[in-house]
Amino acid sequence: MQLHRILPLVLVLLACSPLSVMARGQGSLPDDYCRWEVVDYGIVEPLCGLAGDARRGSMIASDGSRGNCLACHQLPIPDVEAYGTIGPPLAGIASRLSVPMIRLRVVDTRNINPMSIMPGFYRDPRLINRPGEKYRGRTFLTAQQVEDVIAYLATLK
Amino acid sequence: MIRINKTTLLFCSFLLAIPATAVQAGEAKSGYDYIKPASRAMQDDEFENPGMIAVERGQGLFNNLQDDADRACAECHGKDGVKLDAKNIARYPVYSEDTGEIVTLQNRISRCRDGNTGSKPLPTDHPQLVDLETFVRNRASGEPVNVHTDGQVADLLQQGEELYKTRYGLIDMACYQCHDVYPGQMIRGQKISQGQGNGFPAYRLDTGEITSLNQRIQQCLSLMRAEPFDADSEESKLLELYIMSRSNGLGIETPAVRY
Repeated sequence: MQLHRILPLVLVLLACSPLSVMARGQGSLPDDYCRWEVVDYGIVEPLCGLAGDARRGSMIASDGSRGNCLACHQLPIPDVEAYGTIGPPLAGIASRLSVPMIRLRVVDTRNINPMSIMPGFYRDPRLINRPGEKYRGRTFLTAQQVEDVIAYLATLK
Repeated sequence: MIRINKTTLLFCSFLLAIPATAVQAGEAKSGYDYIKPASRAMQDDEFENPGMIAVERGQGLFNNLQDDADRACAECHGKDGVKLDAKNIARYPVYSEDTGEIVTLQNRISRCRDGNTGSKPLPTDHPQLVDLETFVRNRASGEPVNVHTDGQVADLLQQGEELYKTRYGLIDMACYQCHDVYPGQMIRGQKISQGQGNGFPAYRLDTGEITSLNQRIQQCLSLMRAEPFDADSEESKLLELYIMSRSNGLGIETPAVRY
């Protein structure tokens, strides 16, 4: 086979290979990071096998220093003055998506849409480019916080 | 035979699609169009605009002989900078053929001072240098930004654009995602602007300080929980050059009032 014919394929394979991911990543995976697996466009197993708490999840979702979902999404949470309009409104999200599908979108939505602006709240820290010193080797939310938010979103039917 | 599973193929096809689907920048709009009417009124009124305090401080530094200097800027450029050329100010950052590097307006002011007034050099974004930059840019108020984009600058702009389109930090966003894809949308209570540079140095309502474009970029990167680029790094200059070139044609509004 001529090289110029297969070159685009080789480039694509290189770009998608674990090697390129490792080259971009920084540091090693923290010990407490729980691995997750995508099945049918969702993550079936709760992170680290944890159970979420919807009440806590609602607080994390509206807290500007934690989940801050409201920065971009409209949510049916009373007494919130300003929502963002970047992402879709999340009222009724659990009627539209299954819990595993919600989980993948919160954990790392770029598995579905690589162009998404939404941060991966439990993205592999090695994939983060130039994290601030305080944030190296960390995920945006902890596995427990992610499960809490998912438990809350699952109530929005 | 190489076997690729469907998910990988789907993912790769997305990767390939990125350049083709990247949003084309539309018409440049000043941040002025995105701030609240009360902030516009504050910017428009020279007495209400808190950025004018920096202009006045810069004016003082420009007109008066500083302790460590033999001459004042005004000796060459006229009192209040009357001999400064607005068209020239609007071109910054420029590319210097002599040194082969990007020269920001702060670099230019700093070098002019060091070389001609005998005063001590000021590091990038030193408060006095930001005041001087604010004063000098304010002299070119209304002049359309006119960063040259041809010749060797074209290559630098491409590098700047690459940095502008790279994701940074734990929040993992690129400048262009907010400022090219979502201008006009709300992030909490604020409208996202196009991230134009024509109003900088600007008075930031959020911090209550006069802020150079480079400082604003650093603050944005910190907000993304990223490690900002050093003030004098090549990356900072490339980003400033690219962002100012996006503002070509927009009138200089320094000191603008911005969130």
